[in-house]
This record gives sequence, C-alpha cells and structure tokens, in this order.
Amino acid sequence: MVEIKEVAKAYGDSVVVDHVSMHIPKGKITSFIGPNGAGKSTLLSIVSRLIAKDHGEVLIDDEEVSTANNKELAKKLSILKQSNHINVRLTVRQLVSFGRFPYSQGKLNEFDEKMVDSALAYMELGEMQHKFLDQLSGGQKQRAHIAMVIAQDTDYILLDEPLNNLDMKHSVQIMKVLRRLVDDLGKTVIIVLHDVNFASVYSDQIVALKEGKVVKQGPTKEIINNGVLKEVYDMDIKIQDIDQCRICLYFS
Amino acid sequence: MKLIVLIPILVILSIISLFIGVIPLNPTDMFNLTDQQIQIIFISRIPRVISIVMAGVGLSISGLIMQQLSRNKFVSPTTAGTMDSARLGILVAMMLFGSATPMERTIVAFIFALLGTFIFMKLLDKIKFKDPVFIPLVGLMFGSVISSITTFFAYQHDLIQNMSAWLQGNFALILQGQYELLYLSVPLVIFAYLFANRFTIAGMGEDFSKNLGLNYRVIVNIGLTIVALMTSVVVLTVGTIPFLGLVVPNIVSMYHGDHLKRSLPHTALLGAIFLLVMDILGRVIIFPYEIAIGVVVGVVGSFIFLYLVMRRSVYE
Repeated sequence: MVEIKEVAKAYGDSVVVDHVSMHIPKGKITSFIGPNGAGKSTLLSIVSRLIAKDHGEVLIDDEEVSTANNKELAKKLSILKQSNHINVRLTVRQLVSFGRFPYSQGKLNEFDEKMVDSALAYMELGEMQHKFLDQLSGGQKQRAHIAMVIAQDTDYILLDEPLNNLDMKHSVQIMKVLRRLVDDLGKTVIIVLHDVNFASVYSDQIVALKEGKVVKQGPTKEIINNGVLKEVYDMDIKIQDIDQCRICLYFS
Repeated sequence: MKLIVLIPILVILSIISLFIGVIPLNPTDMFNLTDQQIQIIFISRIPRVISIVMAGVGLSISGLIMQQLSRNKFVSPTTAGTMDSARLGILVAMMLFGSATPMERTIVAFIFALLGTFIFMKLLDKIKFKDPVFIPLVGLMFGSVISSITTFFAYQHDLIQNMSAWLQGNFALILQGQYELLYLSVPLVIFAYLFANRFTIAGMGEDFSKNLGLNYRVIVNIGLTIVALMTSVVVLTVGTIPFLGLVVPNIVSMYHGDHLKRSLPHTALLGAIFLLVMDILGRVIIFPYEIAIGVVVGVVGSFIFLYLVMRRSVYE
C-alpha cells in the first residue's frame, strides 16, 4: 500500500505538486493522468525517492521512502523513467542482469540467472539477449528496460510514461505485460500515462491531476466520464463503450 | 580480441622490449651474461618494461572509468584537465617544500588532479550544449588554462626546466629506484575491478543507480579518486602521455561494449600492449637515439582520436 500525505514540491516560485494526498491500493494498476504540467511525473519521482519533496510523507508499507534504507527499498520498489536516450553499449542480458543487483551486488547466483531468463522470456527478448542496446529499435530498448524491472522483482513497479515513442503494437504489448504482472504475480503498478484511452482500458484505478492537485481519484469507471475529463483537460470529450472498453474521443 | 590472445602478445612484446637498447643484449647472451649486462637488465630494462606496462594499464583504465562516469566517450585524463592539474600540483609541491620528497609530490599532485577533475565534472553538469565532441574541447581548453597557470608560476620561480620533464612522457629516465611509486597503480587497478559493476551502473545515470539502491555520488567520487591518484602517479614517474586513456577504451568499447566487468581486463591489457608498441617504435625509429614516448603516443594517438571523432560524426 502506498500512502501519500500532503506532499508538496516547488521549484522556486512555481508549485509543481501542491499538497497532494492519496492512497494507492496494492495489487492494482493505478494510472496518473492529466495535462502537461500537472505534476504527474514529479509526483511519481517523489514516491520513488528520486526527487526530494519539500513537505509531506510518502509511506510504502508504512515506511517513509526518503529515510528508508536505499538498498532494501530497491528490492521492494522499482522505478523506470524514460531512459531510451542512454547510449551505453550493454547487451540486453547485461542490462536485465542489473535488475538483480539489489540482491546480488553483481555476483549473480543460479536463482538470479533464472530470474533474468524468465524476465527475458516474459518480454520476448530471449533471441536478442546478446545484442547491444544501441543496435535495437526504441521499442525493443524500452522492452529491455521493462525486463530489467521485472528481473528486479519488486512488489511495487513505477513507470513514467513507458509508452512514449512506441508504436501501437508495442504500446499494447507493454500494457498487456503490466496487466499480467498485476493479475498473475500480484504486483502493484503505478504508471504515468499520456493517452487517456490506455489508462481507461488497462488500469484499475485512475488519479486525475491538474496543476499539481488531485482533481479526482477512483476506480477507472468513475473517472472516465465527461464531467471529470472536462475538468481535467478543459475539453469536451465524448465517451463511448466499445467491447466493454470506455473509449474517449478527443480528436475533434 | 580474446584475453587468451592479448596475454601472449603482452608477454612477447615485454621480452622484445627487454632486448632493445643502446648497449647490445641478445637473447643468446642470456646464459652467460657479463656483469654490465646484468646491471643493465636490473637497473634499466626491467624497470622500464614494468613501468610501461603499469602506466599503460593505469592510464587506459583511468580513461575508461572517466568515460563511463561522464557518459562521454571523449573524456579522459588528457581531455579533462586531470594531467594538467597534476602537473600544477607537482609545481606547487616544489614551490612549497623546496626539494619535495616523492611522497609529498604525490600527495599534492593527487589533490590537484582530484580538484581539477571535479571542477571539470561540475563544468560538464553546467553545460547545456551536450554535443559529445564539444565536451573534450572544453576539457582541452580547461587543461590549457591550468597549464598556462603552471607555466606562469614556473617561469616566476625559475622552474621551467624542471617542469618540462613532466610535460613529455619519457621512459628513458626510468631507472631502478625512481619508478617504484608506479606500483601504487596495482592496488588501484584491483580496486577499480572490484567496483566495475558499480561504475557501469553509475554510468547509466543517477536515477538508474538509485533505482538499484546504489549511492550514485559515492560511486562517482570513488571513481574520480582512483582516476586522479592513478594519473598523478603516472605523471610523476613518467610524465604526460596524451590520448592513451582516450583511444584504448574506445577501441575496446566497440568490440566488447561498456560492461566494465568485461571490458576492464581487455582495456588494461590493450593499454599496456599499445604503450609497449609505441615505446619500441620510439626507440627503433632513430636508433641509437630515441623519441620520447609522449611524442610518439601524441602523434599516433591524435590520429586515432581524429578517426574516432570522424567515425562518430558519420553515425549522427
């Protein structure tokens, strides 16, 4: 369970996260949505201790993240930021193996190797595991990074816009993998998404943010409606049910 | 190239190096050496080979660590002001202590090299324009500024002659009793190897490191300390050897990637081999005279450096 209490963050005079409180349930996909500058990514970075907050508390299983033991926390919570720009010549397998670093400190035992193998299989990267990352396409690289997070085997998986620069096929593939992580392995996924429809179709809970504040939080069905979306995006968005999915038509 | 290939090459080159010199010494003499030949071997030839190998290993690993931590393939002790800072340190040691002991010189040179490298890394953080080729230019400028400060104070204190000894790397002056400081690089290399995984992770960035529970700042500081110490020791005993820490890690990275646990042994061996070849070249080209290693490596290294820059711009 993630408990966020009165968290605030400002850069100079501009308040990015404005006293946000929420409760994120375990074993679910929770999406953060909202327009640019809503503070979604900053909030995710605060929850994952990458950015220090000015005020408030973030408790993960009743432990404050900013004071928790960094090494122990790495076995419980993983964060993937947009990292496609990193041009390091590592093979896919070497990258995924780093997911085991919190457990092995670099000396992989048999179990670690097995976890790496299954993470690679999970993301269908087995065949290209010995290729260098800089030889891969953007989508393949992103999958390799997600495989690393899977190998890290944490209860909480946080992802900052993992679908950026991906085509439809790979976006769907990644969302399906996240769904399986939650449904099959009982993980808790918190994800920042740009496209409301991916949030609508794949998440259990949605947190709608705007200007650093929570507009509304709740089960997907309660958030994806004309009223809430109008408040968040300032747009009149038509919503239709197609094959039991709520699809937002925001193109016109 | 595999390690199995590199190790014999290193051994063979080391043996060849032993038999090159003004005083003739042939492999066939090995079984009935004259007293003079024995002295030459132990006082001059063996120290020379050992110091070449250690300097080659030390500088190429320094370059490797710097490139990893700065995430830039063109950063090295030569292109980040580390060597120039170490030389300024040597000058300061001479000014402060008169005739400074090797230990005092090492400590002061190390402190300056560390400071210089830190300042350069801070500069890197501030630079918004992240063109990979632009960074070494900034580093070279930074190094030149420090170098001119050194020259200015050396001139004021009549130390120009003394300082020029550290400007051009030279193995001809290596004798028993004058190179032993270089042995410090052995524990440093072992230390670097133990931290190889952590350096690789730190090279992926601060967020990436934190996610894996690694203290990024601590690792970067450890890395830069190793680099500064290693560079100071080499500059003090041999002098400046440009481009070595730049070209060797780049060549290894092309074939073996950037996983330090894998590429570090290759980089170390290739660095030693490269320097041995350059030294042998410098000694045979105008035999019985010799060209200082700093010049030979400078010429060959700068051409390889140019090639690497061009190759890079073709990619982008």
